[in-house]
Amino acid sequence: MSDFWSMGGYARYVWPCFGFSGIVLAWNVWAARRLLNAARLKAARALAMTASEAR
Amino acid sequence: MTVSGWQAFWLLVHREMRLSFRRPEQLLQPLVFFLIVTTLFPLGLSLQLSLLRDIAPGVLWVAALLSALLSLDFLFKSDADDGTLEQLALSGHGLTLIVAAKTLAHWLVTGLALVLVSPIVGTALGIPVGAFATMLLSLALGTLTLSWLGAIGAGLTIGLRRGNVLLSLIVLPLATPLLIFGAAATERAVSGTSAVGALYFLAALCVFTCTLAPFAAAAALRITLE
Amino acid sequence: MWTWFYKLASPPYVFGVAAALMPWLFGAAALAIGYGLVAGLGIAPPDYQQGEAFRMIYVHVPSAILSVTVYTIMATASAVALIWRIKVGHAVAAASAPIGASFTLLTLVTGSLWGRPMWGTYWAWDPRLTSELILLFLYVGVMSLRSAFEDPARGDRAAALLAVVGVVNVPIVHFSVVWWNSLHQGATIVTLEGPKMPGSMLWPLLSMWLGFMLFYGAVLCIRVRGEVLNRERQSAWVREAIKS
Repeated sequence: MSDFWSMGGYARYVWPCFGFSGIVLAWNVWAARRLLNAARLKAARALAMTASEAR
Repeated sequence: MTVSGWQAFWLLVHREMRLSFRRPEQLLQPLVFFLIVTTLFPLGLSLQLSLLRDIAPGVLWVAALLSALLSLDFLFKSDADDGTLEQLALSGHGLTLIVAAKTLAHWLVTGLALVLVSPIVGTALGIPVGAFATMLLSLALGTLTLSWLGAIGAGLTIGLRRGNVLLSLIVLPLATPLLIFGAAATERAVSGTSAVGALYFLAALCVFTCTLAPFAAAAALRITLE
Repeated sequence: MWTWFYKLASPPYVFGVAAALMPWLFGAAALAIGYGLVAGLGIAPPDYQQGEAFRMIYVHVPSAILSVTVYTIMATASAVALIWRIKVGHAVAAASAPIGASFTLLTLVTGSLWGRPMWGTYWAWDPRLTSELILLFLYVGVMSLRSAFEDPARGDRAAALLAVVGVVNVPIVHFSVVWWNSLHQGATIVTLEGPKMPGSMLWPLLSMWLGFMLFYGAVLCIRVRGEVLNRERQSAWVREAIKS
């Protein structure tokens, strides 16, 4: 098992490599959801404004 | 009195050049910048002339690129500011023709000037006289291509805040093949090998850009002027 | 038969379809990436030349392919938006740009980490590294241009034009860098994979590639919904859509 972790001695390149990949994938999901939620909020606010203006 | 397409083209080129010469500082600034930048490298590196020769083609081309970027500022700006650009667009001669005329005139007063000054800079950087022909030809082709790429970038960034920075960000990645082939051509000439291959690539890039860029630049202006 | 294609031009349709597709795409991506990681890290035998370090191929190559694919999709969507004035195209392009840029960055970083043990250096002016770096600049240029305009519609069109001009440049850049590198003949050009990979090494790679593509699709579904909402805020269908 420790052979697996040491990756034949290249551990300090291989694991940061996969680690950074995981970070990029996670960031993509996080940023996308942030965009969608912000868009929802802005749309709701815009609708509320037009509704109150119409009154 | 209606003017034919060709007449309009040359009238516009003539107008652009006359306007440019009325503001000589606009023409001199990029040239001076070119000279200054190429001077900075030897000063910063304090190399012998014989060693400077190795980096000379690269330095020359980077300086040419940067000074061309600087000069792109006045391609559309003053006409856009006072509304002339919109009038030209409405003139019925087609934006492509107008853009072609302005870009050609721009190259004649900036890129061509750069090419004419380059022997001085080349000598200062240790480029042997035998390489001058290649250097001049490659710079001529390169600056022409650059004027066209710059026209697209300038068309997209007229009137934007910090448009200059954005212009550089847009144009430089597009101009990297130019830099590579142009510097390679000059370097081969300096080292004595044949630069013909690189020059052919440069010429191909130039033709490719000159045929397609007018339409792209006109489209860019259409987007900005709407 | 082609009505599904025409429907894709409709923002509310895209908004709904993206929501429905997303979980499936994430699920499939998770399966493909999961298998790829397990098989690539655990089952595939070490390379006779590079040892265990070759395993970095399982993230580096898929993200490299994706960085170029996403740019092409972005440019295609931009062209569609410019030519046929289909606003959904702008939404897809705007949504794709940050995803593609992140994969380009990933390619550069994983390539650098792979280069250190293999070539002895974190960076080399290798054709692929250099073209990839320029691709990153192109992405940043498109994103910066879009956000520089006060009028978002104009920003969309300007960024779309730049994306199309840039895509023409991508093969030129790659070709010129290859030529430049072979001219200088200084850097080592290492073939990172042989033309024939044994199946145990190849299948995880293909799976990772598929997984990354599916992942891009899933994230795109989320992003494009946000981008469509931002562009269609005033439309009637939005009222119903955001209640859910």
